[in-house]
Amino acid sequence: MDTLQLAKKIRCHALEMTSKGGSSHIASILSMADIIAVLYGSILKVDPKNPTWAGRDRFILSKGHAGAGIYAALAERGFFPVEKLLTHYQDGSDLSGHVSHKGIPGVELSTGSLGHGLSVACGMAYGAKIEGKSHRVFVVLSDGECDEGSNWEAILFAAHHQLSNLVVIVDYNKIQSLKSVSDTLELEPFAEKWRAFGWNVYEVNGHHHHELTEVFSRLSPSVKPSCVIAHTIKGKGVSFMENSVLWHYRTAKGDEFDKAKKELNQ
Amino acid sequence: MRDCFIATLTELAGKDPRLMLITGDLGFGVLDKFEKKFPKQYLNAGVAEQNMTGIASGLGLEGWTVFTYSIANFPILRCLEQIRNDAAYHDVNVNIASIGGGFSYGALGFSHHATEDLAIMRALPNVCVVAPSDLWEVSEATKALASSHGVGYLRLDKSHAKTDTPNEKFILGKARKLREGNHLTLICCGGIMEETLVAADQIKKDGFNCRVLSMHTIKPIDEEAIRSACHETGGILTIEEHSIVGGLGSSVSEVILEGGFDCSVFYRIGLRKGFSTIVGSQKHLRKVYEMDADAIYKQALSLIKKKGT
Repeated sequence: MDTLQLAKKIRCHALEMTSKGGSSHIASILSMADIIAVLYGSILKVDPKNPTWAGRDRFILSKGHAGAGIYAALAERGFFPVEKLLTHYQDGSDLSGHVSHKGIPGVELSTGSLGHGLSVACGMAYGAKIEGKSHRVFVVLSDGECDEGSNWEAILFAAHHQLSNLVVIVDYNKIQSLKSVSDTLELEPFAEKWRAFGWNVYEVNGHHHHELTEVFSRLSPSVKPSCVIAHTIKGKGVSFMENSVLWHYRTAKGDEFDKAKKELNQ
Repeated sequence: MRDCFIATLTELAGKDPRLMLITGDLGFGVLDKFEKKFPKQYLNAGVAEQNMTGIASGLGLEGWTVFTYSIANFPILRCLEQIRNDAAYHDVNVNIASIGGGFSYGALGFSHHATEDLAIMRALPNVCVVAPSDLWEVSEATKALASSHGVGYLRLDKSHAKTDTPNEKFILGKARKLREGNHLTLICCGGIMEETLVAADQIKKDGFNCRVLSMHTIKPIDEEAIRSACHETGGILTIEEHSIVGGLGSSVSEVILEGGFDCSVFYRIGLRKGFSTIVGSQKHLRKVYEMDADAIYKQALSLIKKKGT
């Protein structure tokens, strides 16, 4: 699957979905769109025709507020009809603002409150390890989410139990809900923290598909879990949304929507 | 209750290789046998209850039957959102065993008093809330929770009622009748049943027979047993080593009012004074907070007289 095309479709769908439904977090979705496209387009072993296939790779979006991006990726991969996407955030829809598994084939875990996904992923990875299964467990965390203490409990656990089948991707766009990460709770030296906790750490450009594909493919067989710190731009792909705190919550309407759509379709 | 629970769980683990026990770094000397016998089915998550519950949910999503283990409030309050979002919302077979219900760890102080747990856990959807009163119920409830879908909360007490092994089938959500009677019904859960039975026997000496129900499952509650109790005895006294807010007594009163049952006298024995700040054993604190056998006896007698026989 052409991951660049998939990323473009995820971005366009997400813009339509969030604008039509009047939901927030478009910039958070645009930030991770390339990561999701590479994972669903070329890395994850999943079968849209058999979403609960036991041998599938597990994927958890811990930053559940970017759920529209996952719905879009799943629809484009054929887990459910693309037409369903436009029900997002509407009365009676299955597609809630934060990602939900109920009625949505392909979603492993409903999230929305931050700091939950990694622990659940640890449970999945631990179970797979002791039963000798070969699938991997992938989790996407936001950077702001790394404020949550529960993540650091899980980070300790994964290293202690040598969960080499666990891959964390941090969408490191350096902007959280109200201000920048640096102005809120500094994470730096971020990579060193993960290394000090016993993880293999890789730093990549989170919008560069070749870099992302390469890093997911070369995660070395190791006793350590892997953390891919993906340096990203919040709002990536829409000039007036990029690196702007405003678009964590703002919904594109009217001219803003038209302008954003035009830029994303270029 | 703790030893009985572990013995039962060990038995279950031998039959089900996908049963996992996860402790939050508690259970010194108690879990050794289990760990030695089933090393792949035992996990110490460390002092990290949020992660423990998330891991349990992850395993649950993969089809495991999981029991988390800790004491007092630790396995529920610290990780309440993990229980709600990760376990209950996903309807996985994760069961939370808390050792030390009520004032079991009385002298350790307020942090170790589990006196709001039933109310809090009862409010969560998809959670079965169980507080056994004797060892037979502990063993049967453990088996029942392991084999039933969804999240279970198993409140285990330091004390337990000394009862004979009954010849009956344990059913989650179905109260047990420990004493026959028609002057009043005492509805109780947890180890404080030992006090309730003493009180019931004392009242008998005064010429009154109290029905005693072990409401081991607080949720889903046995509405039929409550209806019959109202209909046949006309009055209810609930006894729980827990706040009077939101636990057994609240649950029973909701059933009575909504059902329009005829219950002329009703009272909840439980903690009425907020946090306990007194140092003391379980026995001592029960006496101080008027939930020991003597207090139950006096309250029951007062209700019987108020109601008229």
